[in-house]
Amino acid sequence: MTTGVAGPGVAEAGDAAVVAPSAAALAPAARRSRALPAPVRALRPVALGVAALVLLAALWELVKAVVPEDGWSVGELRVLPRTTDLAMPHVTEMLARLGEPLTSQPGADPLWLAVLRAGGTSLRIAAVSWVIGVVVGFGLALLMTRFRVARSAVLPLVVLSQTVPLIALAPLVKGWGSKLELGFTWEPWMSVAVIASYLAFFPVAVGALRGLTSPDTLHRELFAGYAASWTQELVRLRLPASVPHLLPALRLAATSAVLGVVVAEVSTGMPGGIGRMILEFANFASSDPAKPWAPIFGAVLLGLVASGAVALLGTALRRFRRAEVAA
Amino acid sequence: MTAPTAAGAAPGAPTATAAAVQVTGVGRVFPGEGGRSVTALEHVDLTVGAGEFVSLIGPSGCGKSTLLRLVADLDEPTSGSIAVFGRPAREARLGHDYGIAFQQAGLLPWRTVRANIELPLSLHGVGRGARRERADEMLALVGLTDFADHFPDQLSGGMQQRVAIARALAERPSLLLMDEPFGALDEMTRERLQSELVRICAETQAAVVFVTHSIPEAVFLSDRVVVMSARPGRIAGIVDVGLGRSGSRDDALREDEAYFAAVTAVREALHGGADGVPSRGVETR
Repeated sequence: MTTGVAGPGVAEAGDAAVVAPSAAALAPAARRSRALPAPVRALRPVALGVAALVLLAALWELVKAVVPEDGWSVGELRVLPRTTDLAMPHVTEMLARLGEPLTSQPGADPLWLAVLRAGGTSLRIAAVSWVIGVVVGFGLALLMTRFRVARSAVLPLVVLSQTVPLIALAPLVKGWGSKLELGFTWEPWMSVAVIASYLAFFPVAVGALRGLTSPDTLHRELFAGYAASWTQELVRLRLPASVPHLLPALRLAATSAVLGVVVAEVSTGMPGGIGRMILEFANFASSDPAKPWAPIFGAVLLGLVASGAVALLGTALRRFRRAEVAA
Repeated sequence: MTAPTAAGAAPGAPTATAAAVQVTGVGRVFPGEGGRSVTALEHVDLTVGAGEFVSLIGPSGCGKSTLLRLVADLDEPTSGSIAVFGRPAREARLGHDYGIAFQQAGLLPWRTVRANIELPLSLHGVGRGARRERADEMLALVGLTDFADHFPDQLSGGMQQRVAIARALAERPSLLLMDEPFGALDEMTRERLQSELVRICAETQAAVVFVTHSIPEAVFLSDRVVVMSARPGRIAGIVDVGLGRSGSRDDALREDEAYFAAVTAVREALHGGADGVPSRGVETR
């Protein structure tokens, strides 16, 4: 077919963008897949990720080799850090330390296991706070989509909420939690989850609002012509249309939840998680310099796992991410 | 004010007893910036008979799309009244009396062709089996049976527009409202779809209100062509094409004497309308 038609969204903007005839017949996905076979394409991001890690390790060692032990200063100001084995342990040392026991006590777990265990605790809390954040954020977005008044009233508050530092909230939430009478004991991890969800709900609220209001006039009028109810319009039009906007928001919420949990563990003093471990192991900076790095790696891994899990959600929702290309 | 100027002009042409659309003294004024309002339509009277194909044609800003939107109850007139099959436009919309197609196909990108055609049916609670059956009929009607499970982004513009027409017809409406549905297509695709639309209308017996800015398109498709003039939008004349009922039209008609005569008549009505009604008003759209 030899037609070049402006997409609905494009034409709406009053822009006469014309798609090339050859591009018209091809789906964007089909165009992309021409370069490499599917399995190779799937592995590419993984290979690139590993390459980036190797590069980072090489850079670390390079800095260690080139920069003098006492760092590099311009006058009083130290521009590059100290590169002693205390400040910057060798990559191999840090990796080797992961395999060694946690303490010198007999029967102690290897360090990597302790890190994974702490990471598991934090990840569970992060998952809870992600769910709270998504529910609250999405609820707010729905409210703001349904009522214009709510949008002008709530949106500034949502934005404002993020200017309050998380650390300031920690003692408040902890205090409220202990005073609440809910019929069950308010556990410290619940405070952590609530505090972290405060960070996680924001991207969801903003992303979902954007997604839910993304259908153009054309589609809304089509549904009006069908005399569709608001709920029908929500389920058949707004929700599916919101997916491309919602997925990055969910991913951001996942990493925010992990970050929030680590910070909240530190500021509420909850033991058992990766945040507390970072704090504890910092004491070993002079006696066992490779040890404090272990929970930091753990925290990075946590973030990767969290955002990876959401990416899986994205592949499940692939059909809703078809670009709105009108031939 | 609606002085007929063209040969064969017949304002308020005789219609069947149950008119598909009855527009009576309709005006639409849009409040403009700084208190200057824009009169999009003024004193419009129009009757579209059941099963009749009527085109609205005129220069940009003559209010032809506005008139269609008023009939569809996507907008409300500031004066006058509109009846669709004898009831107010709002009731007609809520009663799913019409199918509608726009210049952009407006398919939902996450739904297959079949699911897009089924959309109005599923919104109105038609069961799965009946939906599927009807979608199959519609797919056959627009010649897209092989593309049922494709997604819109895998189709060309012409095919997408065919899906949109199939969707508009899915509920067997007795009235089809079309706002420049072929406006964004190339000339060849356009002519093919025009022929298809003529055939489809003959099969479905639906009344059609068709907005276009192409004279040949209006003449080829229509029983009557309503010529509109701009600033303010009003009906300048109505040309009775009289080329025979939809079923008997085919591509040979495009080279017929009567066809050219009708094209000339519409063109003269357009120019006459433009001269007859001096430009006034402030809108520059």
